[in-house]
Amino acid sequence: MRHIDKEAFTETVAALCIKACTCLPEDVYDALLAAREREAEGSLARCVLEELAENARIAAEEGVPVCQDTGLAIVFLEIGREAVLDFDIRDAVCEGVRRGYGDGYLRKSVAKHPLCRENTGDNTPPVVHMSLTEGEHIKITVAPKGGGSENMSSVKVFPPAAGRQGVIDHVKECVRSAGANPCPPIILGIGLGGTIEAAALCSKKALLRRLGSENPVPEDAALEQDILREVNSLNIGPAGYGGRTTCLGVFVKSIPCHIASLPVAVTFQCHAARHAEAVL
Amino acid sequence: MKTVRITSPLSPEACRSLEAGDRVLLSGTVYTARDAAHARFAELIKAGRPLPVELEGQVIYYAGPTPAMPGRVIGSAGPTTAGRMDVWTPALLERGLRGMIGKGLRSEEVREACMKYGAVYLGATGGAAALLARCVTECSVVCYEDLGCEAVRRLAVRDMPLAVLIDVFGNDFYKMHQVK
Repeated sequence: MRHIDKEAFTETVAALCIKACTCLPEDVYDALLAAREREAEGSLARCVLEELAENARIAAEEGVPVCQDTGLAIVFLEIGREAVLDFDIRDAVCEGVRRGYGDGYLRKSVAKHPLCRENTGDNTPPVVHMSLTEGEHIKITVAPKGGGSENMSSVKVFPPAAGRQGVIDHVKECVRSAGANPCPPIILGIGLGGTIEAAALCSKKALLRRLGSENPVPEDAALEQDILREVNSLNIGPAGYGGRTTCLGVFVKSIPCHIASLPVAVTFQCHAARHAEAVL
Repeated sequence: MKTVRITSPLSPEACRSLEAGDRVLLSGTVYTARDAAHARFAELIKAGRPLPVELEGQVIYYAGPTPAMPGRVIGSAGPTTAGRMDVWTPALLERGLRGMIGKGLRSEEVREACMKYGAVYLGATGGAAALLARCVTECSVVCYEDLGCEAVRRLAVRDMPLAVLIDVFGNDFYKMHQVK
């Protein structure tokens, strides 16, 4: 058994909030640079990708947020079964987010009630997903999620007969109708199977993968390639200004489901694909 | 792609010189306002009361910046999705608003109102918030400070990089390259 210190835990959450919002992951930065080379000289698409790469450099140098929408903080905790947490873990996550968003001059973007819309003022509460794993450590991942891309996301349950092509057509239509709104070039997280809440969570977890990494499930890896090709044929392009790069990557996570259902969750992730992790 | 330098407040002539797909470098004054401020503007209009900002020729930037760090003019300040403001926009264009800066698709009503009132919708690159903040040379809260990041702020900007998305002739740049 191993004791996890509350203060160290809280401080780590705070530091991850700031890191995630100010440092674009290297794989995303590299993908933006590679995409720029694929767009025509003198095009607005190329101009936009140039701006985004420069923006990431400025944010990292100056320690300022990559995007003004520093999101609602989604916090994933993988807790080793031999780790001892003798404190209220949700409270500690909340305190970490409060500190991080305060100390880091990050935007407070949480409404207390979906209809009353009063701002909570400290970006709490976050959305927390906990799971148990082996070992004595705790892995903390903070993934701030912006509103523009989240507003384009959805869960829909198809009959099994819709099949693979039905999934591809659905995702393509989602991307087409979202157009410029989710800040392309986007990354797509696709949760297949389960129930509606399980599919949605899969679509979020899928987005934590590294761009260019291979999906270990061959069917899903092939599906990712087909969806990527289809959505990049839409000519939405960077910022929606036309071009070859509508999507930087597709991540599918599939789980078993009911014999009558084919749930499909699509989470849109903008190009500011922010997440940071640490192990305590 | 041509690049045009313009200054805000915008003259009707300046608006007419812009075509969908042009690159623009904007200098001058812009006001930030997003969902909550627009809702308050709409209440004032409904009550027949004056708006806190004289809109004639002005430009609204749909943005809610991050808090400014000490010694800085403004925090990161990129555009938010403009479409959420569509329901309130024609009434503001009728009152003289001549430019909007945001990102994303607009409604048919907004496109038609741009033609009717000679206004333009300009796109800032979504997510380029640290870069766009560098164009802001002054920032002060005009009203609705209680709204935090959603307060109305007057910004002085220099060479803000934008693209013309809807021009006064009714062209919508997003639709010009759309694949059906």
